[in-house]
This record gives sequence, C-alpha cells and structure tokens, in this order.
Amino acid sequence: MNTDSNKYVFLYITILVLIVAVVLSLFSIKLQPLQKANTDIEKMYQILTAANYKNISKENVINQYEKLTTEIIINNDGNVVSVYYFKNNADEVRAFNLSVAEEYQKAFDGKTDYILPVFAVKNPDNSITNVIPVAGKGLWGPIWGYVAIASDGNTITGAIFDHKSETPGLGGEISTEKFASMFEGKMLFNNKGEYVAVKLVKGGILNSNIDPKHGVDAISGGTITSQGIEKMIHDCLKLYIPYINNKL
Amino acid sequence: MNIRKYLGPLNKNNPITVQVLGVCSALAVTAQMKPAVVMCLAVTVVCGISNLIISLIRKTIPNRIRIIVQLVIVASLVIIVDQFLQAYFYEISKMLSVFVGLIITNCIIMGRLEAFALANKPVPSLIDGLANGFGYGIVLIIVAFFRELLGSGTLWNYQIIPASFYEYGYLNNGLMTLPSMALIIIGIMIWIQRTKESELQEKQ
Repeated sequence: MNTDSNKYVFLYITILVLIVAVVLSLFSIKLQPLQKANTDIEKMYQILTAANYKNISKENVINQYEKLTTEIIINNDGNVVSVYYFKNNADEVRAFNLSVAEEYQKAFDGKTDYILPVFAVKNPDNSITNVIPVAGKGLWGPIWGYVAIASDGNTITGAIFDHKSETPGLGGEISTEKFASMFEGKMLFNNKGEYVAVKLVKGGILNSNIDPKHGVDAISGGTITSQGIEKMIHDCLKLYIPYINNKL
Repeated sequence: MNIRKYLGPLNKNNPITVQVLGVCSALAVTAQMKPAVVMCLAVTVVCGISNLIISLIRKTIPNRIRIIVQLVIVASLVIIVDQFLQAYFYEISKMLSVFVGLIITNCIIMGRLEAFALANKPVPSLIDGLANGFGYGIVLIIVAFFRELLGSGTLWNYQIIPASFYEYGYLNNGLMTLPSMALIIIGIMIWIQRTKESELQEKQ
C-alpha cells in the first residue's frame, strides 16, 4: 500500500483524529463529576478561610461549610432575592452556583438585571461575617478571590485571592497567605463616609501619604497584577454598597 | 530478552544528565518531593504508552505526517493525565499547573518516538519509553530531595530537621526553593556522573 499518497494521508489523519476525539470525550465525561467536587470543596475552603476559619482539613470542609454558611442572593438595589441554607430549602437557587464573573460583567456593561452572591458565615461569637466573591483580570488571565466584611459593613476582616496563570514568584504571590493577610483590618469607607476601598501602593504603604486604613503594599515585580487586584476590589465591592446600606 | 540493554537511560544515557533534555521542567517542579514524584509518574506513563502506541501503528503512519501523528497521540495522553490528576490529585495538579500540559513539548518523549518507537517492536518500545521516563524522573526526585530538605527542612511535607536545630540557630536555605538552585544540583550530579563514568568524558 502506498502510504504516501494524498488520499491515504487525509483518510489516516481523519480517522486518527476521530478516534482520539471519542477517547478524550469519554474520559472528560467520566471524570467531570469528580473534578467538579474538587473545585466545589476548594471554593468552600476559600470562603471559610476568608472568614477566618483557617486550616480546616479537606475532609471537614463540607461539614463546616454547611453548618456555618447561609447563601444570599441580592439584586442591583441591594435587596435580598433568595436565601439558602443547607438541609432546609433545597429547591432554592444557590448563590454558590452563580457564575460571579458573568454577573459582574453584566453590571460593568451597565445592565441592571444582575444578581450577586453574599456568603454569610457565622463567627464563633454568633456575629456574621459577609464573604463577598470578587473577580477580575490579572496580567495573564483571570484572578478572583473572597473578601470578608464584618457586620459593621466597613471593616475587612479577611481575604483570600487566587489566579489562573500569573507569574509564579511575582504576580502569583497574590495567592499566598502573607499577601492576603495584609487586607485584615482595612476599611472600605473613609471618615467622611465616602467609598475608597483599598489601594495597592507601589513602593510600600509606609513611604506614601495614603491612609494605612485604605492601602496595602503592592507586589514588587507584579505591578499589573497588583493593579488588577486594586481594580477588582474597588469595582466589585462598589456594587455591594446598596446592600451594605440597606442591611448592615 | 536482554533487559540491561534498555536500562541505559537510568545511567549512561540519562535524558537529563547526559542528553540534557527536559531540563526546564526539572527546574520548575522540584521544589518539593510530591510534585516531583507525580511528574515522574506522569512522564513515565506518557512516554511508555505513547512509545507503545506509535510502535503498534508504526507501519501505517504516512512518513510525511509522522510528527503530526506523534503530537496528536502525545497530546491526547497528556490531556488524559491532566484530567486524571484534576480528578484524583487536585492539590498536586494545582502545584504542577502548566507543567503537565508542557509534557507535550518535552523533547524526551518526541525524541524517543522518533529514535526508537518508529523502528522497533511494541514491547521493546514500551520498555524503552518507561526506562526513559523513569530515568528523567529519578533525576527529578534526587533534585527535589535536596531542595526540599535544605530549602524547607521537610520531606514529603513531613518535618525532618528537628525543631531543636532551629533553636540553635539553624536556618532553612531559602535559595534552595528557587529554580536556579536546581540547575546547580543537576550540575553537581553531572559532575559526579562524569567523574565515575570514563566513557562519558570527552577525549582531548
């Protein structure tokens, strides 16, 4: 058989690609539920970490999350649309499953039909921490995170950030605990009640004239990622101001 | 069958220390033992199975598109490994991130397909692939051993250097956690290997 004729080459590659496609789809379908479970656990872990429940073992995450968290969905006026907690109203739409990045995009495009999730986590002293998911752009790809706001609607009590493809050691440092811990105790509103959020200051907060309540050190070598974090926190949390004014 | 013939990659024909292939990923994933071992397994599996498949179909592959066919096979195997890691070893798959995907471009695998699998029977090809993957992995594990022990004081995330050492002023060498130190460890390994094996020394 002449394996170098054009006909043979085309036929060969077509059949090969078809076989490969079928095999890959089968694997993908089989493994998807397990992968989804992993990302769900990761999400619950990040929400609880932001709310200062640190170092929960992976096996315990689901239990702890179900016990401590109420999922709330709000609309653009800051009114509560739905409330979901575990083992109670299983039919309710879950804030957990909302695509946060899509809803934010709607809001930034000027639409008003967006809905936003809030994760209300119960503290050991029975007060409530509101964990708010944020999503934005880094240098190479998406960045996201969770910011925990105390019941005064002003103080940030914790945060956690993650990224898809920032440079390890530079922009990638945003996923470290060291970076996230700098946000603890920062304020969203200044003394006059104006919304300022948190700035990431190049050259360090100590060498600038920015109020230390509204700034943290930017990452050296990670300027664009730092700007991404600053913009993400500012723009996303801004959408929650009506809710904060209404409820907290 | 003479099995010794195929064990060259573990010593005198090692992909990393002798052929100097696959060094990029060897620098990147060796800060800790765990990702290094998983990477070793992943590359061994991909290299072995792709060698086997290519060898099985070697007589049907049109010569003009053989590189494309090899790439398709390797890429699909890598995707399967990646999906598998995401499902069963989520933490490690996050640690390895892009490097699993980059196995596709690892020259060791393409090199073995071109040099061995296209011209040999399936069983020898499988053994050759596994041996090369493992020869690569063993270097990774040795490098990771020193980097994790000296850089973090741990092995497989268990504390090895006792706390009392730190009280007397012992410090972890933070430099060891940076990729550049992997290059130095690989350099030392090449030095030792060449000193022992006279065949590897260039004649003046």
